[in-house]
Amino acid sequence: MRPRFQLLDKSLIERIVGEAFQLIQNPGVRVAPYVVELLRAAGIRVENEVAHILEAIARKALESAPRGFSLYDRAGKPVVRYEGDNVHFDPGSSCLNILDPKTQQARPAQASDLARLVQVAEMLPQFSAQSTAMVCNDVPPEIGDWYRLLVVLWYSQKPVVTGAFSASSLHTLLELLAIESGGADNLRQRPRAVFDVCPSPPLNWSEFASQNMVDLARAGVPAEIVSMPLAGATAPVTLAGSVVQHAAECISGITIHQLAKPGAPIVWGGAPAIFDMRTGKTPMGAIETAMLDVACAEVGKYFGLPTHSYMVAGDGRRIDAQTEMESGMSAELGALAGINMISGAGMLDFLACHSIEKLVIDAEAIASAQRLIEGIEPRGESLAVDMFAQTGLSGDFLKLKETRALFRKEQHFPSAVVDRGLATMDETYPDVVTRAAQRVEELLSSCRRPDLATEREKEMLAFARREGRKAGLTGLPGISVPE
Amino acid sequence: MSENTYSAMRQSIIDGAPEAAADLAQAALAQGVPPLDAINNGYVPGMHDVGEQFALGQMFLPDMMASAEAMRTAMAVLEPELTRLGTERPMAGIVVLGTTKGDIHEIGKILVGTLLTANGFRVHDLGVDVPGEKFAAKAKEVGADIVGVSALLTTTMRNQRGVIESLEKAGLRSQVKVMVGGAPVTRAWAQEIGADGYAKDAMSAVGLARELMQQKAQGAAQEPA
Repeated sequence: MRPRFQLLDKSLIERIVGEAFQLIQNPGVRVAPYVVELLRAAGIRVENEVAHILEAIARKALESAPRGFSLYDRAGKPVVRYEGDNVHFDPGSSCLNILDPKTQQARPAQASDLARLVQVAEMLPQFSAQSTAMVCNDVPPEIGDWYRLLVVLWYSQKPVVTGAFSASSLHTLLELLAIESGGADNLRQRPRAVFDVCPSPPLNWSEFASQNMVDLARAGVPAEIVSMPLAGATAPVTLAGSVVQHAAECISGITIHQLAKPGAPIVWGGAPAIFDMRTGKTPMGAIETAMLDVACAEVGKYFGLPTHSYMVAGDGRRIDAQTEMESGMSAELGALAGINMISGAGMLDFLACHSIEKLVIDAEAIASAQRLIEGIEPRGESLAVDMFAQTGLSGDFLKLKETRALFRKEQHFPSAVVDRGLATMDETYPDVVTRAAQRVEELLSSCRRPDLATEREKEMLAFARREGRKAGLTGLPGISVPE
Repeated sequence: MSENTYSAMRQSIIDGAPEAAADLAQAALAQGVPPLDAINNGYVPGMHDVGEQFALGQMFLPDMMASAEAMRTAMAVLEPELTRLGTERPMAGIVVLGTTKGDIHEIGKILVGTLLTANGFRVHDLGVDVPGEKFAAKAKEVGADIVGVSALLTTTMRNQRGVIESLEKAGLRSQVKVMVGGAPVTRAWAQEIGADGYAKDAMSAVGLARELMQQKAQGAAQEPA
């Protein structure tokens, strides 16, 4: 039996969905001029850039959205399946700062930091996808979005969760992906990346978000809605009310997307959070934030759609007990909820900071979560009786052939990041951050950059130099070019 | 005016009761109470209490919002009378406030504006999604002492730097102090972008604004004649 965690019963989901359909009609959804004609052509009333979407039209869009799709690795193998209760994890995205590996103090992230993070995530099987995890502060901001993607593609063959920073730069990112995939057709047929697109809460598909949704649908590259209700600030304070807003933002986004190209791949996703009424912060590690994540995904599953959420992030400013308690807890809940893509590992300080050391600690929490959802399996004809028939009351199970045959299936073996008593308990005993730092170094030293056809590699470099020059970039920070 | 009425005014702010705050202001004017007395003895102490209780974690942001609204309604009643009488409140400084470009969140900024107003600053609130040039133009127009820039998102926080650049371009940077705030903002970030100050919440923003005014006064005193 696959263990599951659910927060909403069917009648509450139906109330949520019912109110979401009401909201998209009245007060409606703010949309950009870019999509007004598309919506009007489908019979949707748009006045003063507010679309009033009828339930019947939205339901049609929800039906045409695919129930599942795959992301492919560089070799063209489907390695991430967005569908049903499949669970995948990727590092958190677009962080401005990193905890410096030496000082453990936050500082602006550089391209070389992203390159390190990508190589570490590449080596960790817990992450089936990469993300464009950091903004590289050593490249001009206007090329920040595609440059992150370049660094990821350079060091990884895993699928990528990414996103554009503007309406126009999406096409630069798509061009880069097409080069890496060997053409736009290949990219469409075997997409390597999914693009996060964020509506602005409440119920606003800005120029940038509207345009990204339409252009991604037409390009046939998967889009992932990242709806971010902040309960009590930019969304109703009740968790149920915020789930309604999330549903309304997703349904309206899917309507825009499917009208542009029915059947284009789309994910019901988000990064909801509560709004702390003392500080105005948005704690990603709060239990209520995890509850929002799980509940929002349940509504997406009700429609049979692929799901995403933002979890495994803690809010401490350092790697400490709080940060890891929060990250571990939400990793377990996200896995139990069967969310297809769970982003956020490695992040701390309210998503303001990334840490590669935290990423490897989170990988251990994720491995535990992955073990948890495998559940408890009966193995063999009897559960215990046959083994007792061999041992009697001697308690000598270690010698049994069943023990040797099954212990690897039953037990997950964490890396040395988790103290299972392997390290000597003396004055040299390394704390968890030291153990994580050692693990990072081990992974980096065994990481080899995956091969890419020479022609494509040359083309990517030419592209990067050309586009970089337009923004005044000299050299390619973080990219190690083979001799 | 009786202490009881001042204490009711104070309580209307603490309770976040805009109707009561406005009614008390009307009644005070009807009785011929000088509006400045009502502000200084009734409403401002209420706002101080709210700020202190917020800093102690005993009041929360929704309480602050309600108190700010109560303060606003009371001031809306009293200000026309202040103007009519020509009794300006002593002015602590001129502040231009706004949320940075690309960001539509203003709760924090509204609270800062309300507390600054309560503490005698003249506040010009530019609203949300404000480009750097607009901050600079307004600062020039009103002769601002301080420009306060808010941001809720890590992505829009970067635009705080642009406001400072716009002030530099407009040749105003030496005359205007810049303070930054918002959930993702840190002291280190403020230093990195060359802001003059950072405050972690609305109450500390008032202290910071006073400190910046002092710095400005000292700076002016040190300038050669």
